[in-house]
Amino acid sequence: MSDTPIPSLANRVRHIEAGAPVVGVHFLRNTPVFVLGEEHLLLQRQDEVQRVKVHGGAILASTSDGVRIVTGGDDGKLVATNADGNHEVIATDSKKRWIDQVALGPDGTIAWSAGKTAQVLTIKGELRSFEAPSTVAGLCFAPKGLRLAIAHYNGAMLWFPNAAGATPQKFEWKGSHLGVSVSPDGKYLITTMQESTLHGWRITDAKNMRMSGYSARVRSLGWTADGNFLATSGSEQLILWPFDGKDGPMGKQPKMLAPSQARVAVVASHPKQPVVAAGYSDGSVVLVRLDDGALVRARDADGQPVTALGWNATGQILAYGAESGDAGVLVL
Amino acid sequence: MLVLCTLPPNPLYLLLPEPLTLMPPASPSPAKIPVTVLTGYLGAGKTTLLNRILSEPHGKKYAVIVNEFGEIGIDNELVVNADEEVFEMNNGCICCTVRGDLVRIIDGLMRRKGKFDAIIVETTGLADPAPVAQTFFMDEAVGAKTKLDAVITVADARWLKDRLKDAPEAKNQIAFADVILLNKTDLVSEAELAEIEARIRGINPYARLHRTQRANIALDEVLGRNAFDLDRILDIEPAFLEVDGHDHDHHHDHGHDHHHHHGGLKHYHDEDMQSISIKTDKPLNPDKFFPWVQDLVATEGKGILRCKGILSFKDDPERFVFQGVHMILDGDHQRAWKADEKRDSRLVFIGRKLPEDKIRKGFESCIA
Repeated sequence: MSDTPIPSLANRVRHIEAGAPVVGVHFLRNTPVFVLGEEHLLLQRQDEVQRVKVHGGAILASTSDGVRIVTGGDDGKLVATNADGNHEVIATDSKKRWIDQVALGPDGTIAWSAGKTAQVLTIKGELRSFEAPSTVAGLCFAPKGLRLAIAHYNGAMLWFPNAAGATPQKFEWKGSHLGVSVSPDGKYLITTMQESTLHGWRITDAKNMRMSGYSARVRSLGWTADGNFLATSGSEQLILWPFDGKDGPMGKQPKMLAPSQARVAVVASHPKQPVVAAGYSDGSVVLVRLDDGALVRARDADGQPVTALGWNATGQILAYGAESGDAGVLVL
Repeated sequence: MLVLCTLPPNPLYLLLPEPLTLMPPASPSPAKIPVTVLTGYLGAGKTTLLNRILSEPHGKKYAVIVNEFGEIGIDNELVVNADEEVFEMNNGCICCTVRGDLVRIIDGLMRRKGKFDAIIVETTGLADPAPVAQTFFMDEAVGAKTKLDAVITVADARWLKDRLKDAPEAKNQIAFADVILLNKTDLVSEAELAEIEARIRGINPYARLHRTQRANIALDEVLGRNAFDLDRILDIEPAFLEVDGHDHDHHHDHGHDHHHHHGGLKHYHDEDMQSISIKTDKPLNPDKFFPWVQDLVATEGKGILRCKGILSFKDDPERFVFQGVHMILDGDHQRAWKADEKRDSRLVFIGRKLPEDKIRKGFESCIA
């Protein structure tokens, strides 16, 4: 970060020793839950930490809608865990392949993938399956939850799991697309690529956008509450692409805030305000106000990369996790 | 198209500017997990070697990445099936191919860090080793957590000669190797062995070559080789006369056709795949050498499978070492030249239809 001192809330953080690398942070209502690299979830309650074993190996992917956390593991299992720590196996891959992508729709529909196969379990209990042209590398539901976005080699698709026989809408761009996101207004499909770039399509006409200049692969992104910006990791500053205009970021420069010697490793947009939390590869966490770039520190640099960041639904609690196994909760 | 920003180049990028793709500078991180790549044509004995490695009483734990078509059982706790998905990087470099499945698998495996000491990747018999190797240099996250140790190629003593004629994959695997196990030597005569070794040396005179039966080999000959470690580029002399694991009492069938003889060993020239060795005792001009080698790999990188070099630059007290895979180059100052050390510059290229005259003339123009 810059040399000028910035206000710090780091001394108000409640620390939890996770004992293993933290790979995800979610909230089940107001309970912060830390997803560990192997086997366990840690539920941080008022006065106790509940450690729940949900997988028999690495936890490869996790997502949450605030009611459940859905995780995929290298044990070939898809597991849902609720706020009480109760968990159930939703699906087991028949070939015990890794379940490495998971997504949750707004109505509770669950999607996951193993290899080239993407599957969807509707709230009515119907199972749908789709074979992608190559390994599924990213999954997310479009905002209304009717379409599932699938990233793969040489492009992405929008698949309607409930429209039997419907041809998926295809978006092509050569290369390996790893992560996928749809803008809150449903107009843009964005992928992160193996190269240090983002690719995007305007969904109506499949017009291509390429957002480049990053120093590393973009591994974390998130839309601001108003949908006006896409916040991304992968550079030595927080990169925010403007999506407020008619053509999204086409022909525009991004906003670049919170410059540092270290690279932004993970981002989490505040659920209500134009504020983004950014975690860096040197361990620092800052809150960035987008209007004026004002910063508040939430964690001091210690050389251990920040690996997970998340807000509760009201935006009053920020939780983070680091590769070192340090987890923290900051109540604002 | 939108361009976001351009970052200040690091010193190595200044040395070898765009469009050359560089491996990230090696950081002195001892915690990187070594990765050994096992290649070899169908039926050569890769899985036998793999099971031998796993069953030895070494006290180490391995994560094993096998191809999804592997049919023979592997007795190991951590086995992952890979689908060998190869794709091109979008950087204008057509031979910068990467194994996308490895990127994902290694990312997943690293969540279990501490549960294994090393990773072994077994490829299919038809696989090209280059995309596997390039993955470790093209993906920053993979390169930060793991390091490529060596490419081990298992060859079938009985059938390799035929495969070199009809299977370009088999030739690639020999050319790319750091260590070659000439396996099933009990199925051929001594004369045939000498013949096939000479054929291997005609393609790749730099790999360590071992004769084995049922892939029986000391583990330290295949693991912990540090073959891609710049600090270990010490000696790049060809090994025409060095064949391990047997006595050197060859019985040669003399007096026939067109082969050359070096120290009693036959020397073959492979029409398709060659190695070129260049040496000079004159110091080089770095301002000429770097643009030259950059242009060379940019234009001929598709045919260059591997390259290595130890360089002496004019007025530079340190020796510079580099190595490369296709268009990717990795280089750095290694250490100061010793007082009693001859300041030679040596380069080797292994590749397909290499333009030898162009390479030699180009190199000569770099002499200071």
